[in-house]
Amino acid sequence: MSNPEIQTDVVIIGAGPIGLFAVFELGLLDLKCHLIDILDRPGGQCAELYPQKPIYDIPGFPVISGQELTDNLMKQIEPFDPQFHFSRMIENIEKTEDGDFLVTDDEGQVFKCRIVVIAAGGGSFQPKRPPVADIEVFEGSSVFYAVRRMEEFADHDVVIVGGGDSALDWVLSLQPIVRSMTLVHRRDNFRAAPASVGKMKALVDQGKMQLILGQIGELSGEGANLTSMSIKTSEEEINIPVTRLLPFFGLTMKLGPVADWGLELNDNLISVDTEKFESSVPGIFAIGDINHYPGKLKLILSGFHEAALMSQAAKKIIAPDERIIFQYTTSSTKLQKKLGVK
Amino acid sequence: MTKITFVEANGTIHETDVENGTSVMEAAIQNSVPGITAECGGACTCATCHVYVDEKWREKVGAPSDMEEDMLDFAFEVKPSSRLSCQILVNDDFDGLVIKIPEQQG
Ligand SMILES: Cc1cc2nc3c(=O)[nH]c(=O)nc-3n(C[C@H](O)[C@H](O)[C@H](O)COP(=O)(O)OP(=O)(O)OC[C@H]3O[C@@H](n4cnc5c(N)ncnc54)[C@H](O)[C@@H]3O)c2cc1C
Ligand code: FES
Repeated sequence: MSNPEIQTDVVIIGAGPIGLFAVFELGLLDLKCHLIDILDRPGGQCAELYPQKPIYDIPGFPVISGQELTDNLMKQIEPFDPQFHFSRMIENIEKTEDGDFLVTDDEGQVFKCRIVVIAAGGGSFQPKRPPVADIEVFEGSSVFYAVRRMEEFADHDVVIVGGGDSALDWVLSLQPIVRSMTLVHRRDNFRAAPASVGKMKALVDQGKMQLILGQIGELSGEGANLTSMSIKTSEEEINIPVTRLLPFFGLTMKLGPVADWGLELNDNLISVDTEKFESSVPGIFAIGDINHYPGKLKLILSGFHEAALMSQAAKKIIAPDERIIFQYTTSSTKLQKKLGVK
Repeated sequence: MTKITFVEANGTIHETDVENGTSVMEAAIQNSVPGITAECGGACTCATCHVYVDEKWREKVGAPSDMEEDMLDFAFEVKPSSRLSCQILVNDDFDGLVIKIPEQQG
């Protein structure tokens, strides 16, 4: 499944508030961006952790919620037509001989670019791994946290754990092709859409699947292949056969592959200078929560400042002979043209 | 100030004095009690501040709200005494409260 390589000026890893604002600052300098995020929507922590909560220290906004800030940023960068790739994790960055970077995501998509901006925040949001002994042994062969290819579940004894929409949606989609389907949830109340819950209960009544109210117990199997698991209900511990397990316990922030890119780190944060916010590898910049320098504050406003200075440095790499003229968006007709102001 | 005792999964005890109005999660973080991650900073959207309320205190502390109960789906080893500590606000009635910390927040 190798898609054709995508070429762009800048790849931004992470579509949190800082990655989004970087599109604006880079855009004013005519640099085109592709953004990649493991989440399925923009906003990073603001959208995932506190969409409805107020932020009081965005300059010029006495109060704004995490989601409103995200929506506003998306509107602000619209003129620059950024290209988003969601539900993808960047796994690798490689430098080519001619000084470009090849950035690869977990689906094998390669982005070729001159500049990499790491705006990975507190790390990538990844599925929570249930604290069950040896679960990592089975990961990738019998235990999955997402369904990439439905065929992998065909004719298997599938157990799905959870009570939200992802859990229920996959119960309903996979049930027709599996050998057996069991949904495990800790209580008889589901967060999922009532219609999906109704369909699931109908399948249970028809004997086409089972619902067990309980919590995940122990896993056992041969090598990397899961064969059975125990489920703790309020009365007893029961054992059921399982060859495919899908636990849905939400997301948590993990540093992820950022640590493997050969960049100088300081306590798991990327060390940068405070003139250009460049990492130890020229051409790779780090802005927002993921970077470290003396005096660093993990604030959105600091990240915005970092994005502005980084963009100047990025432009100088891409167009070394071009003189950058300092301009205001208020008064520069050139900048306003880029912003689509009429 | 209200006395709250945290008991780690390994039995280590942390006695803390907490100002009324703060959440039990904040009390743990301020006193460097390990085992509470609180990734979302108290927004009730992460379930990494999961705790068990000591049996003797369960009734007084009360049951989780619907929203909190929903978030508890994302915690592990959930028991009838499970709460999200960012949703428990300390007041005078809680003097002597004992909070147990689970083995893992996931
Ligand atoms: C509850 C709470 C309240 C807060 N309140 C405030 C406040 O009042 N004021 C303030 O200034 N700040 C506040 N913050 C902090 C603020 O949210 C962060 O500073 C800000 O989100 C950092 O933005 P970012 O773009 O650097 O990173 P993030 O928002 O963390 O976004 C990074 C994105 O990168 C993605 N990513 C990481 N690695 C990869 C990879 N390898 N591949 C693909 N995607 C990847 C992640 O999935 C994530 O979406 C608060 C934070 C929390 C949790
Ligand atoms: S701190 Fe996130 S739910 Fe309590």
